[in-house]
Amino acid sequence: MKKSKLSDPFKKARLEKGFGEMNDQNDPVTMLLRLKDVRKGAHNWKTFQSGATPGRIVVPSEVAIRSIRQIPFEVDPPEHKSYRDLVEPWFKRPLEEAYMQQLNKQISAIVDEVLAMDSVEVVSDFSLRLQSRALTLLLNTPYEEAETWISWGTHVFRSEGEALDGDKANILYDYIDTQIEKAIKAPGDDLYSMLLASEVNGKKLTKEEIKGVMILTFAGGRDTVINAVTNSIAYFAEHPESLQRIKNEPEITSKAVEELIRYFAPLTHMGRVATKDTQVCEHAIKADSRISLCWASANRDASVFENPNDIVLDRKLNPHVSFGFGTHNCLGATHARQLMRILVETLANKVKSIDIIDFKENIENLDQFERKVGYDAINVTFNGY
Amino acid sequence: MAKITFITTDKEAITLEASSGSVMQLAVDNDVPGIDGDCGGVCSCATCHVHVKPEHMEKTGEASEIENDMLELDDNVNEYSRLCCQLEVSDALDGLELQVAERD
Repeated sequence: MKKSKLSDPFKKARLEKGFGEMNDQNDPVTMLLRLKDVRKGAHNWKTFQSGATPGRIVVPSEVAIRSIRQIPFEVDPPEHKSYRDLVEPWFKRPLEEAYMQQLNKQISAIVDEVLAMDSVEVVSDFSLRLQSRALTLLLNTPYEEAETWISWGTHVFRSEGEALDGDKANILYDYIDTQIEKAIKAPGDDLYSMLLASEVNGKKLTKEEIKGVMILTFAGGRDTVINAVTNSIAYFAEHPESLQRIKNEPEITSKAVEELIRYFAPLTHMGRVATKDTQVCEHAIKADSRISLCWASANRDASVFENPNDIVLDRKLNPHVSFGFGTHNCLGATHARQLMRILVETLANKVKSIDIIDFKENIENLDQFERKVGYDAINVTFNGY
Repeated sequence: MAKITFITTDKEAITLEASSGSVMQLAVDNDVPGIDGDCGGVCSCATCHVHVKPEHMEKTGEASEIENDMLELDDNVNEYSRLCCQLEVSDALDGLELQVAERD
């Protein structure tokens, strides 16, 4: 039962000090590790800002490869609210019946596809494809667009060597520029067109602002969704009884999804920049230095979660922070939750068991810590009923 | 069977009936504005924040520590705040009145 396990590398530091330290391109990061501190840090946007130099709150920093501000992600209140209010209804569309039906159709189709194959490499041939196809629903763009996104590979910002890669980012930026121009010439019902037709505080959004929203939409939901889906497949491979249980008790699906998302914490942490001298866990934080809110560590905080290192499918109280917390909580969470709920239900109904053939783990290097976030590749066989 | 009334932020009163499930689910199933219940009821998202009518506090009882920890960072919290995913519908809640909290 070890292949699908994600260990908790933060435990000792979380208990002893409450923070960790990481150097990142000579812009060090103090990582907050306890759930309460992480929540308070996320809540306190005045002291720990997101509206710093674009790319700086991301760890590893994207300052060297990106100058465009992601919106609303890298904007703080009060400006943040106007942008968030503008995009929020669009990102709640996954709650609509028609959206769910289409997502259901996509997921059913890809599960049927892999059931018919002898073996499948989950990251590239299942998770990436599923994520890209589902993204066409979120953007309300033609289904065929997914083929382009799939061709970019698993990382939009990172090349095979995991290092930040400006060229890769340019592929995405050029693509988005083209799509914005297309939508200007022929407005439709897609996200680009909605943004082009919108005003914030009485002013039309600029192309740069629209690009900022689109980059966030593409980048924020790519690795994260791929990790959540791939890790779930690995988990169910080692726990066929869990698939069986969800088949028998579909009413626990939402709880199971929250628990999988807590345990996997697809995004390890997110940074903030201190606006003044302050402290966390009696540790001095200087103005203009970085902290990070370590969702992955907070989700294993034993002072809040009983048996934090176990997946308890029907965990009733589950105040995890995998989607962040407070003002900047994840804009794509509604889409991600629906995708995961439908996936888990579909797997439970169609798949009897999954055999892992081989795999290569994706280990994140956080200086003081090493954390498995998922897999670079994992070959499996899906067995149907 | 319990009758529960939600007062929306637009001051509209919506009275609903149920015999089981969570109060959040009741509100979501009936599209009560301001109650989203994004996380499905596991106390993770705080999108089901209500203020209990002060004289009805004994019907609902106290929030757990985990729930209070979520609430304390909400700008619209007060001593009558609850996350209604943590309220189980039962006869004890009959007549309950809940004010849907404003969003930050």
